[in-house]
Amino acid sequence: MLKISNLQASVEGTQILKGIDLVVRPGEVHAIMGPNGSGKSTLSQVLAGNEAYDITGGEATLDGKSLIEMPTEQRAREGIFLAFQYPVEIPGVSNLQFLRTAINSIREYRGEEEIDAVSFMKRAKEKIKQVNLDPAFLKRGVNEGFSGGEKKRNEIMQMLMLEPKLAILDETDSGLDIDALKVVADGVNALRSPERSVIMVTHYQRLLDYIVPDYVHVLAKGKIIKSGGKELALELEEKGYGWLGIDEE
Amino acid sequence: MSDSDKSVNELIKNEYKHGFVTDIESDTFAPGLNEETVRKISARKNEPEWMLEWRLKAYRAWAEMPTPEWAHVSFPPIDFEDISYYSAPKSQENAPKSLDEVDPELLRTYEKLGIPLHERARLAGVAVDVVFDSVSVATTFKDQLAKAGVIFCPISEAIQEYPELVKKYLGTVVPQRDNFYSALNSAVFSDGSFVYIPKGVRCPLELSTYFRINEANTGQFERTLIIADEGSHVSYLEGCTAPMRDENQLHAAVVELVLLDDSEIKYSTVQNWYPGDDEGKGGIYNFVTKRATCIGKNSKVSWTQVETGSAITWKYPSCILRGDNSVGEFYSVALTNNFQQADTGTKMIHLGKNTKSTIIAKGISAGKSDSSYRGLVKFGPNADNARNYTQCDSLLIGDKCGAHTFPYIESKNKSAIIEHEATTSKVSDDQLFLCQQRGMDAERAVSMIVNGFCKEVFKELPMEFAVEATKLLEVSLEGSVG
Repeated sequence: MLKISNLQASVEGTQILKGIDLVVRPGEVHAIMGPNGSGKSTLSQVLAGNEAYDITGGEATLDGKSLIEMPTEQRAREGIFLAFQYPVEIPGVSNLQFLRTAINSIREYRGEEEIDAVSFMKRAKEKIKQVNLDPAFLKRGVNEGFSGGEKKRNEIMQMLMLEPKLAILDETDSGLDIDALKVVADGVNALRSPERSVIMVTHYQRLLDYIVPDYVHVLAKGKIIKSGGKELALELEEKGYGWLGIDEE
Repeated sequence: MSDSDKSVNELIKNEYKHGFVTDIESDTFAPGLNEETVRKISARKNEPEWMLEWRLKAYRAWAEMPTPEWAHVSFPPIDFEDISYYSAPKSQENAPKSLDEVDPELLRTYEKLGIPLHERARLAGVAVDVVFDSVSVATTFKDQLAKAGVIFCPISEAIQEYPELVKKYLGTVVPQRDNFYSALNSAVFSDGSFVYIPKGVRCPLELSTYFRINEANTGQFERTLIIADEGSHVSYLEGCTAPMRDENQLHAAVVELVLLDDSEIKYSTVQNWYPGDDEGKGGIYNFVTKRATCIGKNSKVSWTQVETGSAITWKYPSCILRGDNSVGEFYSVALTNNFQQADTGTKMIHLGKNTKSTIIAKGISAGKSDSSYRGLVKFGPNADNARNYTQCDSLLIGDKCGAHTFPYIESKNKSAIIEHEATTSKVSDDQLFLCQQRGMDAERAVSMIVNGFCKEVFKELPMEFAVEATKLLEVSLEGSVG
């Protein structure tokens, strides 16, 4: 599914990613951990196509298609979804309208007809309940006046609606209480299937108690310095990053 | 087309050159404006003596007025001696013979707006026999109105057929000498609409210029007068949502609304005249005076406008709230792109007791455009317990455009309550990235964000108009990102 080789990227002239190699096969869940400033968020942003970052070398492909030159919206239509660490507000644009525009953009790309209003509404109501938000949120502006936790749940709601091939969660767990964390985890687990893959970028092990990864990678100073199974996360939890020769910030 | 820095008179000259060369005997006056021109216009329209006197009074006032320069727009001076003030409906000879001869860019826009094929031909000025459905529509339409006693006709016809009504109300809302452009309009207006809704009648249809096909090409100086008699109600839709590729450079229209006791007028405009190209060449100068007087108590007037066209817009639909308990509303979306300039807003003049007004103005600037809101809220000494609520929001797209707000408040009554809110925001890169990450292309994302921003105004528009306004914004925003 996703294949990254020697990927390098910079922002405003500063090199952040210094050669990342990673392979994510269908159905797998990968956790990417590491201290602040290691390049975790940069990796998610670069994969999703944020133009603020420059790719300076290497390659990344999704199902064999190169992502490097692919426009952001096309990556999304091909099935990449990024759950944002800091979701922005879009005042006046209701969640419903936003989701419908997104879904129809993707359907158009696939040569499908626009989604009909009835099944769309049905799905939206179902998914909003799944993330434990009041259906009234559907009519509110995108993230407009939402609390931090509500914004994160709204991201998961969008993910459930769009059913991506590859979901990237950028520190979705940060700042969440345990209930919200469970909601997020349930959402991700509901999406898991042999065809879909997940990359979770996180600072803490606790999310991994609820979403159990197949692989854990440690990112430091722009490179993956260690990879392992889910037990690696527990080891990190216990020992911190110091034993890997990284200064904790 | 000429450069943007060439004066408007050269552009106008270009326009009329064709008229002289190809069809000199056609009914187009030589450029220039003097008493003789005004007399000729009046004579050509077989107007009664009182109408000619009225025009002459306006002309004399205009001749002594300086051109206004206070608006936040800039353009080369207009030479009024270089404009031809009367031209009969254009000869069909030079018109395109079929849609194949029409600018494909224009047709593409029509298609996007979802305009039916036969309408596209009419809008593009194709010389075809008028066999459209609209003819029969117009006929049934007239019957229905006649039954209700509603008068809806060209103002030139009203001058002949209903002189008492015209004499009584013309110029009572916008006097001849009100301002430079209204004086000019009063002297030389070619035609326009006249509406009278009798006592207690609720107009059975939304009146729309769309149906009034007999009045295409009314020219640069349109004059509209709408009278709502006691207890009557009317909704009037002005303009066409299609981008009229009108070649007149200067438009100076006047619209007067008269409201008697307990009446209501809802006036909606979607204006999409040629804004000039993306380099700022060409485009319409739209200098319009629109005003309503709530003479009667408990009357209510509501202006809703969506403005996306014209190179320069200078327009302040206003409400004079004279009757006690009368209500004035102004809902506006003004979008400017490329090199467009807009200075628009409203005036709410509270004279009666318990008068209320609401202003919701949304300005969107993209490209290198400049948009200003200018609003006056005034309370007279007798306007006890009057109140106004004003909200002006500006949305910027990109970093080369500008938005300005000029609110003026004058109060001579201590019991007046006024609330004013203003915001300026930007379509941020983060918002765009979020939308694109969810699969939308940038243009779709911007148009969705802009529509969200305009929601409060769009909900005031009649349903069909709202749908078209949404599409119109989409078309107008094309190329504003990326």
